[in-house]
Amino acid sequence: MRIKDHPIIDFQRGKQVTFSFNGRQVTAYEGETIAAALHAAGVRVLSHSHKLKRPRGFFCAIGNCSSCLMQVNGEFNVRICITPAREGDRVEMQQGRGEIVEKT
Amino acid sequence: MKKPEIAIVGGGPAGLSAALSAVRQGAQVMLIDRDPVLGGQLVKQTHMFFGSKKQYAAIRGIDIPQKLLAALQEEGNGKFDPRVNTTVLGCYDDGVLLLEKEDRAELIQPRKIIIATGAAEKMLPFPGNDLPGVYGAGAVQTLMNVYGIKPGTRVLMIGAGNIGLIVSYQLLQAGVEVTAIIEGAPKIGGYLVHATKVRRAGIPILTSHTIKKAYGCDSVEGAVLCNLDEKWCAVPGTEQSLAVDVICLAVGLTPQTELLWQAGCEQQYLPELGGYVPLRSEKMQTSLSHLFVAGDAACIEEAGSAMVEGKIAGLFAAADLGYAENVEALNETFSRELEELRSGPAGAKIRQGLSRLKGGAQVC
Repeated sequence: MRIKDHPIIDFQRGKQVTFSFNGRQVTAYEGETIAAALHAAGVRVLSHSHKLKRPRGFFCAIGNCSSCLMQVNGEFNVRICITPAREGDRVEMQQGRGEIVEKT
Repeated sequence: MKKPEIAIVGGGPAGLSAALSAVRQGAQVMLIDRDPVLGGQLVKQTHMFFGSKKQYAAIRGIDIPQKLLAALQEEGNGKFDPRVNTTVLGCYDDGVLLLEKEDRAELIQPRKIIIATGAAEKMLPFPGNDLPGVYGAGAVQTLMNVYGIKPGTRVLMIGAGNIGLIVSYQLLQAGVEVTAIIEGAPKIGGYLVHATKVRRAGIPILTSHTIKKAYGCDSVEGAVLCNLDEKWCAVPGTEQSLAVDVICLAVGLTPQTELLWQAGCEQQYLPELGGYVPLRSEKMQTSLSHLFVAGDAACIEEAGSAMVEGKIAGLFAAADLGYAENVEALNETFSRELEELRSGPAGAKIRQGLSRLKGGAQVC
């Protein structure tokens, strides 16, 4: 799903990083957000609505809509559409509303 | 508590222009943006701009921030303090701003504040509009033009305003099929030049059409369209199904005025300008004398006019602080630029909205 040839933009992709999503290895380019990398890997469902458990996907891409909240390295409710993917990140779909974890 | 002379919230076209204008007058400016890079939505605008040279006509949107930033670095003389990855969480009635960066909070008390927070996309109600595969047009642009990732394979575009038309063309450039552009109104809202371009590329633009529902199990598999009559009611028996995996919403924008509400600015509902907009003078000064506004946060328009409004807001915020050199001549130039941008049939709606704005800006 990555665009290779574009008439106007020359995509300068950084070096590859690997993170895990629900235990599966996903490749991203440095500077890419977790959500963009997941989208490129074909992941469409990012979360579920609290009450009816309806699937939620990539929607606003600028950290406004809360459709992509996930647990990243233990922290809940991370807006993955504005969070860059880093080597070794542990990303998981979130069940429920999550908890506030005290940072040390 | 830091007390910068001017704090600007939002580093898009309006905020960057406001910063440059204020810095040129000699004021010290802190420019705050929640994104890691300045430029706002310009960073995804691959098309060339219209208007006059002063608003960077014939230059692609993606190339404008660099030009403004270069000028800011060159002319800033240490008076330009950009703060990225920083979100403004609060704008209080005593003029204090609450900033958050990497989980740390900071309070600042600027002498003047320019709100240039831009706009949010409007949503369209229809069954299935929450399915993965329904995107805002801005998100599609981000995926394609910032990250180089296709949103899907077959797209239904909703809305034939400029954004719907431009993003459809950008989808084609990215190698994605656009099945149709539908528009509820009986005529195309965007510029003819954009409409002609997508039509020539073979994309049908269906006016007086709407989406009845999106269907699919875990993500969008298709959409049901129907015709609308002159009263915008669905015409029974006109339903047609379209197999698509992306539904892109380009149904308008609304000003992001949360900080202005919080500060206590007076606002007025004007659909021509995108919804609730702050009352302001021709100096872009709101009902609170320390608060200025510029760009889509003031009225949904284009990047060109956002930049000119930024120049005006920056000029007068600086003038209020005593940096008052050449204000009248500069204002005359900027006001004329705005007038030109809003002249002609494309600016009719904006002119009408501004003329209804209470105590509002003067219109040509």
